[in-house]
Amino acid sequence: MTATTPSGPSTPSDAVPAVEATPVWKRPKWVLAGIGTLVLLGLMWRYGGGNVRFSTDLRPKPNTTFDWDYFWALVPDMLRGLFLTVQATLLGFAIALVLGLFLAVGRRSRIKLISWPITFLIEFIRSTPLLIQLFFLYYALPDWDITLASLTTLVLGLGIHYATYCSESYRAGINSVPEGQWEAATALNLGPVTKWTRVVLPQAIPNVLPALGNNLVAGFKDAPLGSSIQVTGILAFATAASGRSFDAGVEPYTLIGIGFLMVSLPAAWLVRRLERHLTYERT
Amino acid sequence: MDISLPSHYYDRLWEGLAVTMQVLLYAFALGVALSLVLGVARLSSNKVARALSLAWVEFTRGISSIVLLFWMAYALPILLGVRQPSLLLMGSIALGLNMGGYGAEIVRGAIQSVPKGQTEASIALNLTEFQRIRHVILPQALRVILPPMGNLTIEILKGTALVSLISLSDVAFEARKLRTSGRLNPDAPDDAILFLNVLVIYFVVAQIINGLFRLAEWRVNRRFQRARRAVALPSEAGLALEATK
Repeated sequence: MTATTPSGPSTPSDAVPAVEATPVWKRPKWVLAGIGTLVLLGLMWRYGGGNVRFSTDLRPKPNTTFDWDYFWALVPDMLRGLFLTVQATLLGFAIALVLGLFLAVGRRSRIKLISWPITFLIEFIRSTPLLIQLFFLYYALPDWDITLASLTTLVLGLGIHYATYCSESYRAGINSVPEGQWEAATALNLGPVTKWTRVVLPQAIPNVLPALGNNLVAGFKDAPLGSSIQVTGILAFATAASGRSFDAGVEPYTLIGIGFLMVSLPAAWLVRRLERHLTYERT
Repeated sequence: MDISLPSHYYDRLWEGLAVTMQVLLYAFALGVALSLVLGVARLSSNKVARALSLAWVEFTRGISSIVLLFWMAYALPILLGVRQPSLLLMGSIALGLNMGGYGAEIVRGAIQSVPKGQTEASIALNLTEFQRIRHVILPQALRVILPPMGNLTIEILKGTALVSLISLSDVAFEARKLRTSGRLNPDAPDDAILFLNVLVIYFVVAQIINGLFRLAEWRVNRRFQRARRAVALPSEAGLALEATK
């Protein structure tokens, strides 16, 4: 855990003033990372756009298996699609993080009327394909007069689907908090809200950060599904580009594969580093 | 509210389910074979084998199964000069490759969880490397492999819904076709009912897979315990008897 000096019993006035350790979130590295993320999100918001239009005047040279000029010309369009996909992933994952926490806490409830339906819901959503869930949201909700834009549907679908995965991760973390901590919270007469927010979760969440990171990467891999409900993400770009002529499919699909690995491999690497970092701090 | 569909809807969905199960079976077979080979190769003493399998696992885990599926279905045949690829085969291979990447990590972790003494004992007994892996290490690793492998299989079942996007007529594809054909028919069931039924079909299949893996787990554990009792040394058996008294 991070070093914080214990603010022992009140010292006499002539004693050396206690040295306060800088909290994690005030360290320059973290502040910079935070600002960087915000700037990146802002840029994506500005240039990612809700509804991307891909240029339609590109064609590969006839009778070539792999046309490098065509390949390079496609890159800007691919990046725009990729931005939208990343954007949908991050927004969806923000929902998943919050909703997952509520599901995890609800599943532990001692009232069976709350815990059983939540358990069933988690199992049901986890073992059915996201694609069908997206169709359900996209085609069935209008029956009840709720019409969502396709990007909103994708964000919501990803959010709900991955909330169940996140809730499982949270649950593992909550179960790893020693029994004594719960007993101590009870002994100190803490209310349920204080107990969760001040005692249990601060100990549970750091342990499950790598698992949550893995969920984020998995969510990114599922985000291209949005193309099936008309989200103009990375896969919709490839479909549009490959539809222009008979053998135009090779370059765009290869390009999105590369674009994908460019994001997912560094992300997976960061998660692994985080995991090592946490194990190091714990021992 | 009536939550069941007209019977001809179910006929179409069953036909789709046959394709889904076919894809699942092929992908599973390829995935298990790949994960065993790659998982063992990841721990090989040969540096080249280690590096190659690591690169392969990272690649198949890092790329999205959807992107891999589209690339295999639409780009690879043109690159290889194949006119009419079997989409069923291509879809199954893409999902199988994906499963192999994740499975390899499971197998690797399980092999590492087998005590080192087992390897040393089999070397002392002069077993070849293949015999050691086949008869000593893997049977013990199987207990650790099975539970996460069951989850992975359910992930692949969910992945089979993606093959509908390359126009294979699986359950998801049939559902979408039924929805489009029902739009002009005023008696057609609501989209909500249709997709809810499809979700339930996938859920039931997933539960069956889950049950099968539980059964396999139970059998492996039972065999393991029997074997343990059979080879217990006389002194150990005596101790165990005393302990139970």
